[in-house]
Amino acid sequence: MKYHLQKELDKIKEKLLTLGALVEDRVYKAVRSIESKDEVVAKKIIEADNEIDEMEIELEEDCLKVLALHQPVAVDLRFIIAVIKINNDLERVADQAVNIASRVANISKREKSEEFFHDYSLMEEKVEYMFVKSLDAFVNMDVSLAEKIIKMDDEVDKLKGEAYDIIKDAMIKRSDQIGYLINFFLISRHLERIADYATNIAEEVIYLVEGKIVRHRDEYLYKGKL
Amino acid sequence: MNDFFKLTASDVDFYYGDFKALKNVSLNFIEKEVMALIGPSGCGKSTFLRCINRMNDLISGTRVDGSIVLDNVDIYNDRIDVVNLRKKVGMVFQKPNPFPKSIFENVAYGLRVNGIRDKNAIAGMVEKSLIQAALFDEVKDRLKDSALGLSGGQQQRLCIARALAVEPEILLMDEPASALDPIATQKIEELIHQLKKDYTIIIVTHNMQQAARVSDKTAFFYMGELVEVNKTDTLFTKPEKIQTEEYITGRFG
Repeated sequence: MKYHLQKELDKIKEKLLTLGALVEDRVYKAVRSIESKDEVVAKKIIEADNEIDEMEIELEEDCLKVLALHQPVAVDLRFIIAVIKINNDLERVADQAVNIASRVANISKREKSEEFFHDYSLMEEKVEYMFVKSLDAFVNMDVSLAEKIIKMDDEVDKLKGEAYDIIKDAMIKRSDQIGYLINFFLISRHLERIADYATNIAEEVIYLVEGKIVRHRDEYLYKGKL
Repeated sequence: MNDFFKLTASDVDFYYGDFKALKNVSLNFIEKEVMALIGPSGCGKSTFLRCINRMNDLISGTRVDGSIVLDNVDIYNDRIDVVNLRKKVGMVFQKPNPFPKSIFENVAYGLRVNGIRDKNAIAGMVEKSLIQAALFDEVKDRLKDSALGLSGGQQQRLCIARALAVEPEILLMDEPASALDPIATQKIEELIHQLKKDYTIIIVTHNMQQAARVSDKTAFFYMGELVEVNKTDTLFTKPEKIQTEEYITGRFG
């Protein structure tokens, strides 16, 4: 009886994963461009964002169609709700990749006269891991992986705090370069936001599998299962 | 037995001859709540509904075990007057079944059967029941016309008015909207929302969206057993039993 609905749900899952793969690629390239200061790559990321926006809208329309036509319940309903939210998160992750690329474009323009550079490699590694694994957790309905990702968010926040202190010091010492240094500060903010979206996706995975809304519930992680 | 519940079914078994149609069903009903009974055809939900006003007594070769307690009285007790029980536990059926009489007489009939003779009292109660059933405004100028001239949706609301006239406490509804169009269905559903202020309602429905819309709690039956009873919003978003999940998402079998 619900074969038709299952086909629609499968198609939606496939589209979400295609979008996820594309956003993963953008994040990968944006993060690599921080170190390489590759303006060309950065510009490509900025220009290609339309493609992601269009996919996001198409996927949202597909979800609304299923809600209107099939009125899914239980796990099917939770799936559609999770997809609508993850879809939105993915689009915002792509926006953060664009933001990083914009910062890189600014940095690369001024690089010759400035010698300050902040090494984001550890933060990049953690953020990329969280994002990629959040999508894996969705594909495999893996709650324990989702919980691990949620826990990692604090580590990224800590690294952002450290970067903030280092860049603040640099700003005090090089008050003539504040405009330039702000770009580095903002990169830490953009990376941290990607980790936040990965955390959101992980929370949606827990909702999808267990029907529990764990957002804003620290006790779930610290007093509960972990 | 529990004062908290209006109606308590405990370990109810029901047999049509040798066939056991209900197996050890225990279910509690809170006053002025709507309980929806769902499940595939033949799961026992209508049989269970009919146990509550002993409609199954009319079918020969049937037998019920266990107890059904209404206001602390076992309704299968030998001293129970079944006519009085059915006055207290009204019923509305799948197909509207008005008597071939006037609109007024359809509602007045139960009152007369119960010995009320005062014409003004009857007129007042007929009007009150028609208002409660959200039908009065549509029929107030033609109360003497035949009930058979009403639309299906109006006939069903008339049957609800007829059931309400004798002032029941529980209203049983066996797929009350399945023969109606979407607009008439919506009116019945809105009516259920209104009626639950005054009555305890138990509704059997094949339409799961309807169960989700009208009820406070939902009970899922399968092959004569009660699989799960839960708050309706929980049952339709996060059912506890895998069988419930499979049924409501259409992944059965």
